[in-house]
Amino acid sequence: MILKLIWRNLWRNHRRTLITTASITFAVMFCILMQSFQKGAFDNLIKNVVGYYSGYVQIHKSGYWNERVLDNCFELNDTLIHKIKQQKNVLDFVPRLETFTLASFNNTTKACMLIGTDPIKEKQLTHLNEKIIEGTYFTIDDESVLIAEGLAKRLNAKLNDTLVLFGQAYQGTLAAGKYKIIGLLHLASPEMNNSFVYLPLKASQVLLNSENRITTLALILDNPLEKIPLVSSLRTQLSSEYEIMDWEEMMPEISNHIKADGASFYIFSAVLYLIIGFGFFGTVLMMTAERKREFGMLISIGLKKINLGLILLGETLLITALGVASGILLSIPLVVYLNRNPIQFTGEMAKAYEKFGFEPVIPTAIDSTVFISQAGFVLILTLFIGLYPIWHIHKLDAVKALRN
Amino acid sequence: MKQAVIDAHNLSKIYDEDSIPVVALDHAQLHLNRGEFTAIKGPSGSGKTTLLNMIGGLDHPSSGYVEINGTNITKLHGNALIDFRLNNIGFVFQSYNLIPVLTAKENIEFIMLLQKIPAKQREMRVLELLKQVGLENKGDKRPGELSGGQQQRIAVARALASKPQFILADEPTANLDSVSATNLLDMMLKLNEEENMTFVFSTHDQRVISRARRVITLEDGKIVEDTAPAKITNGINLLE
Ligand SMILES: Nc1ncnc2c1ncn2[C@@H]1O[C@H](COP(=O)(O)OP(=O)(O)O)[C@@H](O)[C@H]1O
Ligand SMILES: [Mg+2]
Repeated sequence: MILKLIWRNLWRNHRRTLITTASITFAVMFCILMQSFQKGAFDNLIKNVVGYYSGYVQIHKSGYWNERVLDNCFELNDTLIHKIKQQKNVLDFVPRLETFTLASFNNTTKACMLIGTDPIKEKQLTHLNEKIIEGTYFTIDDESVLIAEGLAKRLNAKLNDTLVLFGQAYQGTLAAGKYKIIGLLHLASPEMNNSFVYLPLKASQVLLNSENRITTLALILDNPLEKIPLVSSLRTQLSSEYEIMDWEEMMPEISNHIKADGASFYIFSAVLYLIIGFGFFGTVLMMTAERKREFGMLISIGLKKINLGLILLGETLLITALGVASGILLSIPLVVYLNRNPIQFTGEMAKAYEKFGFEPVIPTAIDSTVFISQAGFVLILTLFIGLYPIWHIHKLDAVKALRN
Repeated sequence: MKQAVIDAHNLSKIYDEDSIPVVALDHAQLHLNRGEFTAIKGPSGSGKTTLLNMIGGLDHPSSGYVEINGTNITKLHGNALIDFRLNNIGFVFQSYNLIPVLTAKENIEFIMLLQKIPAKQREMRVLELLKQVGLENKGDKRPGELSGGQQQRIAVARALASKPQFILADEPTANLDSVSATNLLDMMLKLNEEENMTFVFSTHDQRVISRARRVITLEDGKIVEDTAPAKITNGINLLE
């Protein structure tokens, strides 16, 4: 009966309740959508960063990032491996030897990015094997290459053709080698897709005359969220011979974008909720003011103030619950739709994304914590608003209320 | 001597909110027995509501005290007082008696719900009460769908539902036309006679006063007359 009473009290003023509920619905929907976008953008970016190439954390020889040349390579020795493997958060690492070379097929020669890598570990970090569109993935001892399809097109080369790589090897010697193309890759970044050639690490070290040397160690982390303590721990344990960088340092534009976006989202939703909160408070104010006599009567006949207060709190919470529930229900299809059909963006940000080879799209994240946190936030806000009627009842003088 | 249901000793109430003190009730002595049917009359502002509020435990006197069935309710406060009202006193107000979103039945049931009476018992009693106030076919109507007189009857039924020591009614007929007013009074009188329910009500309507067994007259917060029924009845007869 109390629930019936609460429910019917809500609909005393249909229009007002509907407007209030609708405003909560709108706010919840909007914030869920915004946060899903934001989280989606972030997740997408992380996926890009890790999946496409760089990984979360890399180790180079000091100074490599500023001057990315082969001569800035370093030896992968046991002490280094041991120290890295000691780190709790490190599952494994991908050793890479990266340099610019020339790639030649028939009469065409193009500059390309040569990546010598460990086939098995590369698979773990970037799922390179999944990017093969023709041919097969390579193994550790292969002396053959995987090339990006864009580059293949530029060279007019096909699967099973033989590619000639030549350029400068370690310490200025000449590098030259012939390799069979055993696989074509599709890389999402146009830049990478037009220039990347992958060779097994061993073969690349032979080609570049740099036995047991690498330019980059890309770490595979157990928990990417804990990358900051890992970076600082590595910095204290490895000598200054090495530089340790996380993806945010390697790609500052993207990281700044996420931070700025995050802050503006919180400000925006705070303002939105503030407005909605005041609107709702107005409703609650009216709901209590216009029923003063009824409250006086109820207290007179024997309803305890606290119980009356709880009934009113129940009304407040129910309006919120309706608003939140419909906000969530309405936003689910929207979020799912925008996840399947992500929004494309243009302008400065798009350029920054494309520079790193990321698709300039924002898919929404489908994440229950977004829904739960928004619902939780609105509920807490309502609890505060719901305290007003309780306080109002607490100081209500039944006699005066009845006398009006 | 019969046990008094209401015993008010030297009740005074002084309102001094606006710096000029108003003596709303001035050393009132009142002794009401079980089964009495008492009207409190007096011009507007004479202190009727103030007196009823004191004996109903809605407000505290400035001095003096009120005993209900031997309990000094002037010493009760907060929830204890609210609980006392719930279980001992039935209230009927001039208006806004009922919860507008509940049906007549639910309004009557509500007070028993507060008393934590089991659902089965509540339902039975609601039907019985509706019959007693002559509205057995209006149980599912909301207050807005009932006439003023019917609403007051439901209010009386609601007051009876809690099985109180007595029922206080502050100008229960003030908003009613004369036919509804006399009907309501006749119904209350019937309940008084058949159930021995004690009623105290305030009014300034002569027709209502004529139904009272005892009439207490207030003037400027003082009880100036406390008459036996015969006299009044005679008076009315003389007037007619
Ligand atoms: N809260 C209050 N503050 C000040 N004066 C009041 C208050 N309540 C009642 N009074 C005054 O007390 C006197 C008695 O009022 P009341 O008991 O309502 O009389 P009645 O019910 O007979 O009309 C009146 O003069 C009224 O103005
Ligand atoms: Mg009055």
